[in-house]
Amino acid sequence: MATSDQTAMGTSDKTPATEIGHTPEKAPWPLWEVFVRSSRGLSHVHAGSLHAPDAEMAVRNARDLYTRRNEGVSLWVVPASSIVASDPDAKGEFFESPKGKDYRHATYYKKSEGVKHL
Amino acid sequence: MSGESATRITPGNALRPEDVAERVAGGVQVGEDVGEYALRLGDDALILAQRLGWWISRAPELEEDVALGNIALDLLGHARSFLTYAGSAWGKTEDDLAYWRGESEFRSCFLVEQPNGDFGKTIARQLVFSIFQHELYSRLVDSADETIAAISAKALKEVDYHRDHAIQWTIRLGDGTEESKRRIQAGLESVWPYVAELFQDDELIERLGGVAAHPSEMRAPFDALMAQVLDEAGLELPDVQPAMTGGRGGKHSEHLGYILAEMQVIAREHPGATW
Repeated sequence: MATSDQTAMGTSDKTPATEIGHTPEKAPWPLWEVFVRSSRGLSHVHAGSLHAPDAEMAVRNARDLYTRRNEGVSLWVVPASSIVASDPDAKGEFFESPKGKDYRHATYYKKSEGVKHL
Repeated sequence: MSGESATRITPGNALRPEDVAERVAGGVQVGEDVGEYALRLGDDALILAQRLGWWISRAPELEEDVALGNIALDLLGHARSFLTYAGSAWGKTEDDLAYWRGESEFRSCFLVEQPNGDFGKTIARQLVFSIFQHELYSRLVDSADETIAAISAKALKEVDYHRDHAIQWTIRLGDGTEESKRRIQAGLESVWPYVAELFQDDELIERLGGVAAHPSEMRAPFDALMAQVLDEAGLELPDVQPAMTGGRGGKHSEHLGYILAEMQVIAREHPGATW
């Protein structure tokens, strides 16, 4: 994104930022998923993602991007490439099977006769 | 104190610039020596904040824009507190001091005025300044002046992060590619002439006794940590002579005038404007 910014600004090629943008072999930083625990006793919740060159910098960037307003007491970062996701096209076989299987819910069952205190 | 205010969203006892302003409004007033010392602390933070703000939208990655922007805002917070406190010596507000002083009235060191250069040079300047500032605030936490001690205690936690950020980047640039190593090394060479000024004692420091921290006492721990970081990064300690400086006495490098022109122009064009 730095490169397109500088092109838009039309800065002279002497500015250092442009020099950085021109580094030919620059590869984009890998993507990380960020999980924030908002307070003790709660689970880490997915907050978003960010780019960082390595795991240590990813935690630091997460601190800067996702805990600026006291959102958290703990951070996890996970390489986005390590997450295995369900197939959005397989919604039917994955998530529609429970439909109609009401007996999987406690409310499906009627109270048996003679059972007190339930 | 505004601790009871419902609008206070900073948790805990973090001292905000507004709290310092309330103390001043409540009659806390410092002598000129303490005021002068607070100016040095505030001006270093203010000028570096202004310098770092330039990086927003220009850093190598979006994430780094935010990191440098956060650091700049932390420093601006330190500056606001110290300048508010300093102003009580002369009946001036933080804005009076930030926007209406001329070049020779600033007390910032040469280091913070140095141009950003490339990312390597900015990180080199951050490394030097954050290690220095960490040593400084660690001592000022025990200052005989309780407001300076309180501002420093709040600021120290932030500088802890600034120092970590600079160290992490120094190691990565030094241990990265040939190009990144060349740039961070060149950055260190270019800021090193301004290191000596940070550690000079003078008459004001002597007169202030337990209020101030002795800059000369911080040099050894600064050198020790710097050597450790540069060693891990595979970088050389620069071997360059100190430059002629004099920021604490109001003499500045040719860069400060330009920084002030940009920082002060709006306030001077529309005096008293608020938004």
